Amino acid sequence: MTTTLPSRTAPPTQQADGVGSSTLRPDGIPKVDGSFIYSSDEYHEGALWGVTLRSPHPRARIASIDTTTAEGIDGVAAVLTHLDVPGSKTYGMIISDQPVLAFDEVRYQGEPVAVVAASNPEVARRASNLIQVEYEELAPQTDPEVSIAGKAEGFPDGGLVRHVKIRHGDVEAGRRAADVVIDESFEIGTQDPAFLGPESGLAVPVGDGGVELYVSSQHLHHDQPQIAASLDLPLDKVRLVLSGVGGAFGGKEDLNVHIHACLLALRTGRPVRMVYNREESFFGHVHRHPATARVELGATRDGKLVFSKVRLVLDGGAYASQSPRVIGNGSFFAGGAYDVANVWIDGYATYTNNPPCGAMRGFGLVQSIYAIESAIDRLARELGMDPLELRMKNALSEGDVLPTGQAIDGPAPLQELLTYVKDLPLPDASNPASVDPRARPGGLGNTTRGEGMKRGVGYALGMKAIGFSGGADDTSTARVTMWIRDGEPVAEVYCAAAELGQGIVAVETQIARTELGVSQVFLPDKDTDIADPGATSASRQTWMTAGSVVAACELVRAELLDRAAALIDEPAAELVLRGPNICDATSGRTLIDVAEVLGETTISHEYTYHHRKTYPIDEETGQGDAHPAFAYAVHRAVVDVDTELGLVRVVEMASAQDVGKAINPVAVEGQMEGGSVQGLGLAIMEELDISDGRIRNPSFTDYLIPTMLDVPPIKLKVFEFPHPDSAYGLNGVGELPNLSSTPAILNALRDATGLDLPRAPVRPVDLIL
Amino acid sequence: MRVQVTVNGVEQVVDGVWELDSLLNMLREHLGLRGTKNACEQGECGSCSVYLDGSLVCSCLVAAAQVEGRSVVTVEGLGSGDELHPVQRAFLETGSVQCGFCTPGMVVAAHALLQSDGNPDELTVREELSGNLCRCTGYTKILDAVNLAAARMKEPS
Ligand code: FES
Ligand code: FES
Repeated sequence: MTTTLPSRTAPPTQQADGVGSSTLRPDGIPKVDGSFIYSSDEYHEGALWGVTLRSPHPRARIASIDTTTAEGIDGVAAVLTHLDVPGSKTYGMIISDQPVLAFDEVRYQGEPVAVVAASNPEVARRASNLIQVEYEELAPQTDPEVSIAGKAEGFPDGGLVRHVKIRHGDVEAGRRAADVVIDESFEIGTQDPAFLGPESGLAVPVGDGGVELYVSSQHLHHDQPQIAASLDLPLDKVRLVLSGVGGAFGGKEDLNVHIHACLLALRTGRPVRMVYNREESFFGHVHRHPATARVELGATRDGKLVFSKVRLVLDGGAYASQSPRVIGNGSFFAGGAYDVANVWIDGYATYTNNPPCGAMRGFGLVQSIYAIESAIDRLARELGMDPLELRMKNALSEGDVLPTGQAIDGPAPLQELLTYVKDLPLPDASNPASVDPRARPGGLGNTTRGEGMKRGVGYALGMKAIGFSGGADDTSTARVTMWIRDGEPVAEVYCAAAELGQGIVAVETQIARTELGVSQVFLPDKDTDIADPGATSASRQTWMTAGSVVAACELVRAELLDRAAALIDEPAAELVLRGPNICDATSGRTLIDVAEVLGETTISHEYTYHHRKTYPIDEETGQGDAHPAFAYAVHRAVVDVDTELGLVRVVEMASAQDVGKAINPVAVEGQMEGGSVQGLGLAIMEELDISDGRIRNPSFTDYLIPTMLDVPPIKLKVFEFPHPDSAYGLNGVGELPNLSSTPAILNALRDATGLDLPRAPVRPVDLIL
Repeated sequence: MRVQVTVNGVEQVVDGVWELDSLLNMLREHLGLRGTKNACEQGECGSCSVYLDGSLVCSCLVAAAQVEGRSVVTVEGLGSGDELHPVQRAFLETGSVQCGFCTPGMVVAAHALLQSDGNPDELTVREELSGNLCRCTGYTKILDAVNLAAARMKEPS
């Protein structure tokens, strides 16, 4: 396999706070002292406030919109509808199907219909309520099966977004070879990303008729063309700057305030701030697709899987967003991380009048791994086999072929991961009555002293493709500059890779320290003035941006050594960079200082890294080498259940993951812990309650995410099997922890209660024996 | 409306406050103290935690008018000069900060916890900070931060 990294010259020896160290984040101090500027903190003297009027109906025809009363309110500067969108009336990540402001019809509850700018948010809100929209309500179409049948009114293709087919081997032959077959259906509710930092931004009109937008985003360069098209401006008149992002998890890939704030700023000629409140945020971003999955699995008596057949349905709601890719990803791995010769998968993504769903951490795989890992436990029960043993027997290893026909060519240390959780001692199962009530189901409610309480242990195994796939030429661009400041060599890394909280800013500084031997590394604003770094999504950003930053550093270092060689009249090949010195490669003796070589000059290089070539899958068979890399994780969960009240206490979670190389070990642990807890939320508490297309719980009062008290101690094991294709051997990290955590907890609950529990999240009523 | 209030030790007279404004909004929009965060404005997330006359409150649930003549301490007022408070330093060093949106509120709440209990056990920390949501970290590092800060604050300075 080839990559486009140039051949490496040796980086300087061990540099403090370099690659592999848990160095402090460069944005850490402002984040703990309160001075860090998030997109909801963006301030501009004299800025107007923008607010959005949204549809109260999940489906209705718009008969008329009358803005005259709203426009007459004191302090109102602009009231805009679809008539005021100068360019493309729609936008979208893959399919441009989502109206900037609704025209003709609204297709989900909360769809933006008009925007208002006023001197303060209360005036703007009041004015928006005075916009008269006449709706003719229509019956919402909310059943994805109707869309799969192509019978959903008002959607393209009768409501089917994409049907993914994977045909591998001979499933009927597998069925004949099976001694035991299970056929089970599973369901998963709608999870919300529930990032704490709301959608927000500041749009500032600039003199040349363009606009600058300070916004939270996962990918500025993908936002920019969508915004420009709707504003009818050339790209270079729409400049985006990444403001502080208060978490995203996929929910900030689609546009939110972007076009609206720019439209208002351009119309009024004044800066405009927009900040969603929590309720609006629940309507203002995409959710994780709710799913149903039917899984048929067959095995021989001794536990060898011989076929799997999965029908996966993801309801994408009113607009396409990332649904075509999410169902692709969900389908590719619907058979799980197992070596199975005969696989048949049908994945469907649908349009309905439910809230739009799109990217969320795990990207279709949370749903399919949940289903397959639940089915594996069911099969183990039928076989009378230990579920962990069944997993070990069938887990993929390097060289095995996936259901898409692609052979795994990087490390696949699933046996090592599974062995870790197998050998890890279980937490003390001491008499519950002696345990602090806060550690029992029901907590301080003191609802049990151990009576009716059962303990369970569950396991799950997840895998995911890393990076953009299916023929995408994925890139990241970075510019690295080196100069002398106060007598010391320093560096700047300029790259627009979005920092969402995961720590790419630390990674950028660490790489520059390791590669250039500097201590101080500067990071300018992340904006659209430099080329595309690709999205912070798909667990790809560290991989891709490490690729570009390392290569740009190597170009800088090579030029530095060339210049030194010329000055001291030595061959460059004999020189190495050691901190602030350039030394003889053999003796290690210092020959010249970097400061002397650089003087007042700078060295600056830009590099665009491409991941290795991938190929589209065949539409009829799903076969193709679509993915650049894969990553794996396992979880073990231990739960206590009060079977009289249906209350759960997760006692402990443990996870093992192969990360290739932990560039920043504490940040890696943070991803594993945070993802595990989001999975815990999906297992036992988090669900958007949607009926008739309406969200019934759009608040943190009613949509519960785990608190510190809901979270148990988490044990982690980080494996570092170097990946052959990436800088330092690193692998993608961010999404893996979300995949196996939810099914591990469900399997533990099943183990405790003996119940089938097909649906996540589990509710108390599901658990009462 | 005019509000007189001491914020981080400095007496302030704030003019033009809307009668229905929250303390949170007054801090952020009138005093430019945007370290205190606005993640729900419903008392559910703790991102807006501040001290009001020495007690921990959600500033989104306090009306600006209620703080007349009282004293407010925000995340900006915890450190001294350029020095971070040991709680802030511990958050930084343990990796408790990812997106950081919960951090100011979490830091103030952890500070308040350690004021009342210098040596909290794990379940006490989990319970006392359970009013502060964090979506990124899974809380494990935050527990480490509180333990580290508690240990350092016990050391004789
Ligand atoms: S903003 Fe005050 S508790 Fe959430
Ligand atoms: S660090 Fe993001 S919410 Fe806590």
